[in-house]
Amino acid sequence: MSLILLIEQVLNGLQFGIMLFLMAAGLTLIFGVMGLINLAHGSLYMIGAFCAAAVAAATGSFLLGLVAALAGAAIAGALVELLVIRRLYTKDHLDQVLATFALILIFSEGTRWIFGSFPLFLDVPDFLSGPVTLPGGIEYPLYRLALIAVGLAVALGLWLLISRTRLGVQIRAGENDREMIAALGIDIARLYTIVFALGAALAGLAGALVGAIQSVQVGMGEPVLILAFVVIVIGGIGSIKGALVGAILVGLTDTLGGIFLPEILKLFLDPSTATSVGSSLASMAIYILMAAVLILRPAGLFGARA
Amino acid sequence: MIRERYLNALTLALFVAIPFWAITADEPFTITLMTRAVVFAIAAVGLNIALGLGGLVSLGHAVFFGLGGYAMGILAYHAQNYTPLTEWPFLIEGTKSMPLIWLVAVIVSSLAALVIGILSLRTAGVYFIMITLAFGQMFFFFAISWAEYGGEDGLSIYVRNGFPGLNTLDPIQFYGLCLGLLCLVLLFAWRLSGSPFGLALNAARQVPVRVETAGLDPVRLKLVAFVVSGAITGLAGALFADLNRFVSPTMFSWQTSGEIMIFIIIGGVGRLFGPVVGALVFVALEHWLGALSDFWHIYLGLLLLVIVLFGKGGLIGMLCGREAVHD
Repeated sequence: MSLILLIEQVLNGLQFGIMLFLMAAGLTLIFGVMGLINLAHGSLYMIGAFCAAAVAAATGSFLLGLVAALAGAAIAGALVELLVIRRLYTKDHLDQVLATFALILIFSEGTRWIFGSFPLFLDVPDFLSGPVTLPGGIEYPLYRLALIAVGLAVALGLWLLISRTRLGVQIRAGENDREMIAALGIDIARLYTIVFALGAALAGLAGALVGAIQSVQVGMGEPVLILAFVVIVIGGIGSIKGALVGAILVGLTDTLGGIFLPEILKLFLDPSTATSVGSSLASMAIYILMAAVLILRPAGLFGARA
Repeated sequence: MIRERYLNALTLALFVAIPFWAITADEPFTITLMTRAVVFAIAAVGLNIALGLGGLVSLGHAVFFGLGGYAMGILAYHAQNYTPLTEWPFLIEGTKSMPLIWLVAVIVSSLAALVIGILSLRTAGVYFIMITLAFGQMFFFFAISWAEYGGEDGLSIYVRNGFPGLNTLDPIQFYGLCLGLLCLVLLFAWRLSGSPFGLALNAARQVPVRVETAGLDPVRLKLVAFVVSGAITGLAGALFADLNRFVSPTMFSWQTSGEIMIFIIIGGVGRLFGPVVGALVFVALEHWLGALSDFWHIYLGLLLLVIVLFGKGGLIGMLCGREAVHD
């Protein structure tokens, strides 16, 4: 248990959290503006990863793969919004859950139909592969550092978009009073499609970036989706800042819990029990964190409304 | 339009007639399929108490389904290995007796529903959906990492558990047992919805403020509904495990929660027989479409979309019109 290991794990947790943020930001934006709970967000993550893997395999370029992931997920998101989601805004949450659950079935089986059941692989590009030496002599994979940087850049861009641009003003207004901004002559249907496509593109980007360190397969989106739900419950639904803080908290808890809980328990229990109890506890740690936040603040850390 | 009562009677008649046909035609697999439908129906009747009556969109009912399954799995596992469950603080042994297993399944899932309910009902709406989903995942990952009881591989039970006076290894006898339980559960749900508690719960779903003004606590009403609902789904989990003689973390997965919800939607939310019709149709679709195509989930997804977008009220709603309690 050295300092180097600790720093490595903190970086891993940060990287995991930042990727969760990309998912959670889209979800929370879509909920905040449209009041829609979207279970199919994980499918958009998967679509991004598959687009990236297919295009990168065909062209040999990772960057082209990333572009394809962004475009593919955004187009899929816009299409789904136009065909299905649009009819759900006025329905209750149960209908939204079921319709988006149906979309998951369709997307997952459709992807399996096209690509088969075997996972695809997306390689880390040459210019980002290999370790870098950080100050203090810590060797850390360059690609994971790049993920953290990209995620933070996206967070900054999102913040600028929402607080500094005309579209951002419309989004914030849409969160507060959709009838008023419709009355002021904003095409609300178009705004909704744009927000949904933006959220989809963020999910697709996350899928493609993570696809290079994990395998790209059907069903990869749902575990991440559920973690993203935990993130926005902790952060407060509708709050981008909450999504960022919640994502980093969840990422760090999950990663550090898996490493350190068994070690800590070894101080009290015999090693084999400590390992099994510790790993069980670690797998539950983020949900315990979520329960704790709910007890203290039912609307989440930065949530304005429940 | 058919009267809902006649449709319900027809459904029950099908549940009796199809297995009889299966015996005469010597199609034992049909009996297994029908048992599957009955067990799913029990689970969905349970969820319907929270969802239809209480308006609680729980995406975590797989927790109770799985707990019921693991209650059966763990008790029977110790009984078949002749090892005690625990020796401290006092000796607890496994059992192969269904009534005992059901009792444990119901108690364990009610306790879990109580804790999850207290935490989740601090919130409402979308938060509630996400939190119940997250608790489902928590149990799923716990079951995967619990190596003592099979971890990811699950537990196999070699011989189906026994019920006094019946030979449960005979498919039709086990089917009859499950169908009897389904009838009891339906009777209970029907009596519940007409009871003062059911009426208060119905009101708490529609206008919580008025219920509060009348001196009742809507959150407590919903909590009781959630616990009852979890207990029934837990019972179904124990039966499902006995049907397959196998439990695995899949019973806890969020897809299971989604499927239990799908049964209700296909049949009709808030209708007494909605979950029963839905489970029967789902098992039939699974069997026929599954034989036609490996990708039958696409068709299931499309059907679900059509029902949600255009067919409010599920199959019963389409056949009988909108006369049920669901608002």
